[in-house]
Amino acid sequence: MTKKITSAIAVAAAVALMGTGSAQAAEIIFGVPGAHSGDLASYGLPTVNAAKLVVEQYNAKGGLLGMKIKVVPQDEQCKPELATNAAFKLVSEKVTVALGHICSGATKAALPIYKDSKIVLMSPSATNPELTLSGDYPNFFRTIGRDDNQGKIGASFTMGKLGAKKIAVIHDKGDYGKGYAERAKEAVDGSGGKATTVLFEGVTPGAVDYTAIVQKIKQSGAEAVIFGGYHPEASKIVMTMRKRDMKIPFVSDDGVKDATFIKVAGEFAEGVYASGPEDYSGNPLYHQANEAHKKAFNADPGVFYPQAYSAALALLNAIEKAGSTDYDKIVKALRTEYVETPVGKIRFDERGDAEGVGFDMYQVVKGEFVLVK
Amino acid sequence: MGRMEYFLEIFFGGLTRGSIYALIALGYTMVYGIIQLINFAHGEIYMIGAFTALIVAGVLGSLGMPGYAILLLTLPIAVIYASAYGFTVEKIAYKPLRSAPRLSPLISAIGMSIFLQNYILLAQTADFLPFPNLLPYFDLPDFVGGILTSSEVTIVITAALVMAGLTSFIKFTRMGKAMRATAQNQRMAMLVGVNVDQVISLTFIIGSALAAIGGVLIASHIGQINFYIGFIAGIKAFTAAVLGGIGSVPGAMLGGLVLGWTESFATGYVSSDYEDVFAFALLVLILIFRPAGILGKADSQKV
Repeated sequence: MTKKITSAIAVAAAVALMGTGSAQAAEIIFGVPGAHSGDLASYGLPTVNAAKLVVEQYNAKGGLLGMKIKVVPQDEQCKPELATNAAFKLVSEKVTVALGHICSGATKAALPIYKDSKIVLMSPSATNPELTLSGDYPNFFRTIGRDDNQGKIGASFTMGKLGAKKIAVIHDKGDYGKGYAERAKEAVDGSGGKATTVLFEGVTPGAVDYTAIVQKIKQSGAEAVIFGGYHPEASKIVMTMRKRDMKIPFVSDDGVKDATFIKVAGEFAEGVYASGPEDYSGNPLYHQANEAHKKAFNADPGVFYPQAYSAALALLNAIEKAGSTDYDKIVKALRTEYVETPVGKIRFDERGDAEGVGFDMYQVVKGEFVLVK
Repeated sequence: MGRMEYFLEIFFGGLTRGSIYALIALGYTMVYGIIQLINFAHGEIYMIGAFTALIVAGVLGSLGMPGYAILLLTLPIAVIYASAYGFTVEKIAYKPLRSAPRLSPLISAIGMSIFLQNYILLAQTADFLPFPNLLPYFDLPDFVGGILTSSEVTIVITAALVMAGLTSFIKFTRMGKAMRATAQNQRMAMLVGVNVDQVISLTFIIGSALAAIGGVLIASHIGQINFYIGFIAGIKAFTAAVLGGIGSVPGAMLGGLVLGWTESFATGYVSSDYEDVFAFALLVLILIFRPAGILGKADSQKV
């Protein structure tokens, strides 16, 4: 084994010395860093399976650019300090591209190492907005939505489908809820007069009651409420509104798309909208990927599997389209070439977020969250 | 909707909230008045009252009892249960420390608060639970229908009746007189034959009963509870008690209402972002000009 790795390194080093693009018999090293053991292993292992399945497909067809692809998993247990070790190890093994890391914190810690070595890293699961928004990591891509994108989706849904012109935006003053609300407000205010924010306020989480803010919403003449925060406050506000015969739509985030919300708010939860991770059940590729997993591993795929499968496809497709393992060419291909994946037909924007990947809107119908078509 | 109507809505919203604060604040102020202890576990008694009501109402509801009967049975059981907790907390955590330095029972009170919170967390659940609306629903005349809900009317009326009852109890009964005597001077009261231990126990029982009533009212109104609700309600009620003058019974009532209105009007006319800022700015302001609170009596010995 050691010998094999050494020779792989030697070959890879030789390739690097000879300059990129040479179609020498070599290997494409497909790194898969993530949580493969420990508490969060269930988040990371499906990604390894996805990588293996996609790579197998390519290798069965004779590999990529005349080279075989090799999957190299690297465990870091979602711990930032182990993530940097994993990254150094992959870099020293001359990894071509990497699919990972899984947790946002670990991803953040490892990213600079890949950046310095000019290696593309694509995460199936890290949703922290800063990873792409900061602009610090041109080598980072992801196939999952960004936390703050929900705000935009909530706003456009409220203005478009619900047709509300006056919107009250309420949040719980926390990082997550306020971030969501601020994005929603920006989207409403930037809609070119299509709708306006008539109220933008934070409430104190855990307050004894929310009657005053509900009366203020009523007074503002809002036609819909967008709420950023978690379900305890959302259920209290919704219940107070409905008890006062305020029937205007209530739109919120995936902190509210939780069974507890429906359990607590009961009949008052009916009709509430909340965004959550996208529903891909209409995509045939999604089902194909799931079937492949069942056949190969005799089990249902775990969490982030569709995102990981898509990321593996996107990475290998980019190498194929680039016709080379050169960093700049791969990055360019990721940004320009569309690829069909289980999460839809995607390419990546300047910052590294997959275009069109994100969140769907759900509504409570008969005590359950149902996808809004 | 007119400006006047909006003002009235905010006014009554504040009145409802203030009534609840006042009910809980009475427990703080009575205990402080008698033994100069800030009973930090009081907010937890309010929470336990609400939890008991939830369990009893759940059982009775599953037996198919009508709404009124559920309320009439649930409220006394919650009150008795919470009072038992209040009584026991005093015997376990405060009585052995009665002659200790004043900081010791204070720490013991904080410990009791944390203990009770975690006890409910472990024995019940960490989740939010739906709370049935036990308050009677009735149609209000049209001109107030848009401003008030029937549960708000019930809360305000109940709170007013309970407070009137408490005031007359303290003013006109033998036991009330004994309470006032103990509050004025514990040793003298003992010398003239007042059973001080009994008075203290009774104070805890009454305070806990009031908190339980507040807990049931607000949980029905808001429709959900969890193990943590006592903390914030307790802090707010304690603030109300200090605002009105801790140790003073009418002060706690007034403090509760003033706090409720301040919060409500701050939200209604300024921003709910600053709800707490206004509430505590008012507290600071009042304490600068009246260090003992609105109705408190400056007493150099106690402070």
